[in-house]
Amino acid sequence: MSLHVAFDGITKEFGPVRVLHGVSFDLHPGRVHGLLGENGAGKSTLMKILAGYHAPTAGTLRIDGEAVTFKSSRDAEKRGIVLIHQELSLADDLTVAQNMFLGHEIKRGWLLDDRAMREQAANALHQVGFERDPDTKVRDLIVAEKQLVEIAKAQLRNARLLIMDEPTASLTPSECDRLFGLIDRLRQDGVTIVYISHKLDEVERITDEVIVMRDGRFVARAPTAETPRQRMATLMVGRDLTDMFPDKHMPALGKPLMAVRGLTVPGWAEDVSFDLHPGEILGFAGLVGAGRTELFEGILGLRPRSAGTIEIEGRPVSLRTPREAMRNGLTYLSEDRKGKGLHVKMGLRDNLTLMTLRHHAQPLLSPASEDRALEHAVASFGIRGNPQGTAASLSGGNQQKLAIAKFLEPDPRVFVLDEPTRGVDVGAKRDIYFLIAKLAAEGRGVIVISSELIELIGLCHRVIVMRGRRVTATVPADRLSEEELIAHAIGTHTRH
Amino acid sequence: MPSAPTPVTDVRQDGAAPRKPSRRFDPRRFGPVVGLVLLLIVGTALNPDFATWDNLMNVLTRTAFIGIISIGMCFVIISGGIDLSVGSMAALIAGGMILLMNALAASVASPVAVVGLGMLFALLLGGGFGLAHGYLITRGRIEPFIVTLGTLGIFRAVLTWLADGGAITLDNDLSEAYGPVYYGSLLGIPVPVWVFLAVSVAGAVLLNRTAFGRYVQAIGSNEQVARFAAVDVDRVKLLTYGLLGVCVGIATVLYVPRLGSASPTTGLLWELEAIAAVIVGGTSFKGGEGRIAGTVIGAVLLSVISNILNLTSIISVYLNAAVQGCVIIAVAFLQRRRP
Repeated sequence: MSLHVAFDGITKEFGPVRVLHGVSFDLHPGRVHGLLGENGAGKSTLMKILAGYHAPTAGTLRIDGEAVTFKSSRDAEKRGIVLIHQELSLADDLTVAQNMFLGHEIKRGWLLDDRAMREQAANALHQVGFERDPDTKVRDLIVAEKQLVEIAKAQLRNARLLIMDEPTASLTPSECDRLFGLIDRLRQDGVTIVYISHKLDEVERITDEVIVMRDGRFVARAPTAETPRQRMATLMVGRDLTDMFPDKHMPALGKPLMAVRGLTVPGWAEDVSFDLHPGEILGFAGLVGAGRTELFEGILGLRPRSAGTIEIEGRPVSLRTPREAMRNGLTYLSEDRKGKGLHVKMGLRDNLTLMTLRHHAQPLLSPASEDRALEHAVASFGIRGNPQGTAASLSGGNQQKLAIAKFLEPDPRVFVLDEPTRGVDVGAKRDIYFLIAKLAAEGRGVIVISSELIELIGLCHRVIVMRGRRVTATVPADRLSEEELIAHAIGTHTRH
Repeated sequence: MPSAPTPVTDVRQDGAAPRKPSRRFDPRRFGPVVGLVLLLIVGTALNPDFATWDNLMNVLTRTAFIGIISIGMCFVIISGGIDLSVGSMAALIAGGMILLMNALAASVASPVAVVGLGMLFALLLGGGFGLAHGYLITRGRIEPFIVTLGTLGIFRAVLTWLADGGAITLDNDLSEAYGPVYYGSLLGIPVPVWVFLAVSVAGAVLLNRTAFGRYVQAIGSNEQVARFAAVDVDRVKLLTYGLLGVCVGIATVLYVPRLGSASPTTGLLWELEAIAAVIVGGTSFKGGEGRIAGTVIGAVLLSVISNILNLTSIISVYLNAAVQGCVIIAVAFLQRRRP
């Protein structure tokens, strides 16, 4: 009942950007494969090709020795290949049963056979240990339950190969345990599993072997038992971690540049206090949903705040809009580059100068002055690409450099970067780390929100950990380790 | 310590040069011009009176009203909004300004001063209506379609009520003083055409050479990105509706002396023509990008169609709006992007 998958020279290009460079490896039946790689390594793209969402630009995909071309995810499902999305793909307004049969409804003549669907759904749900009414609206489920519904749905389609992309990103430890138990059972049933995760301890715990990708290429594979975590990290990053990050120069702790006290963003962050010093790189760690992004959206005035004070350079400030934040010397680059960071359809120049148009208006805008700003940014940030093209024509790394340049144009004293290296290749990553260190060396305060622990550990002077809307720890540089951060983030930390 | 970031090439590993922006035929940019030229050829072939100076000026004068409104509409649509009420708004402004002028005539001796005050009132009223729209849309968080659909009904109903179902007519001596605003000309070109030209140039400068214009495009392209980039999104949107209201005011100021009255049919279907002019001119209905020059050409194109229908008898002039409707659908079909 298991199936054998072989990637043979898979290449994928999106417009001018090549994200996969001839990837070749096999997936063995009935095993749990940990697929490792940093953001932008091409894992998700490769898995989307396997699941029929993308077609490869070149190369062959073989299932049980036979070359296949999937035209849609439906074609892949027919071969028993199901991808469980990072952002779950369930329709909120439909019930659990309706979602499970979406596109595969059981009919009696022209009409839907609701009863049969409900019965089968209840059966499949029972198998994954989900004991709720299949008539529940998906809107009313928590994320962990939605995940179980996704797995039950895959079971219903007789999945023989299951791809899980960051399945534990928003699960609690006990929910994780339940998921791992389920994965174990699926393996015993002979289902092949591809498990994508950033959390190396999980990979160590449940996978049989690890496959590492980097910058769109296959790098290595090895049995999990023979690969220590340190080795996994080095393979992912592709060079010694010491070379990846700039040296840390501890800032002199004087008066804080920014002081936040008792800040509450209802529903997202409660009673958060922290100081940021000039020259400091302050990290924010936590699971997805811990409230880090929303905390800073609250500080910017994009979400309502119900309590708390903010001081910048000793002055209390009331920030109601990103504009007021900018005027007070604070800018924030969102994690969602295409949705909140850059106008992808607009040109490089228009993106760069959007926040500082007043500097280029006399009173009419001067294209020459804007072009000079772009030239300067291209040179000092090392942005590669056609300066006359749109932001969308740049690679991920260059888009991110452009976005950083844009949010630095107003010359902020406090610069907040949310997931600064998401979807960025290793070379650009290193550039960004050195740039962040340079910004701090200039006396700015830099805040880095990140899910990549390696990044926080390598870069930050201090890391604040959030869990369930609250700050649970502030970890100084000399105590930074993955275990420490994870323990605080999931709440298993005990004082020694 | 390792030195400064070494720039790493990560665009293309194969060393190919980045693609040049294509200078190929862009249907959005040149489509309206080509359409207009074809129409001019057809018009000339069908009727010898078409290609005369008098007829050309006649067409442009009639285009002025819709043209000026569509300049304002262009900003609203680029920012991602819409205003369905412009026709009704023009009618109510016309009725309001005539009532005011008639009332002032009793106490103010100079008819020119009365007309001047009336014109000022029209612009303020238009701006006020526009800002009210903008306020309901931004602060009230109501869809622009709904807000302006509501006021479309309100404005026309109030005018009809003020006119008691009939017409509101401007006093005779005021008409005489006001007449030149529509009928006068400078250097052989009618006043409304000059105003249309001035508004177009001002609109193009505002859209392409000011921070406000850039913000309008940024908001239409992606409102969230604009918000995160510290653009005062609500204020910019509010101003686009205010600007459109002022444009409707200007158009009404030019229109009133033509007939000297306002009735429930004043400005009927102007919203169709103004929106059509913007879309035919190559502005994306989804917002983000648009052109003033295209909008002007779009407005002229629509009135040339109506002029040709008037001068020839191939299609009844009563079907004018139908032809315009077909044109806007056809243009949208040609401009659609492949998914």
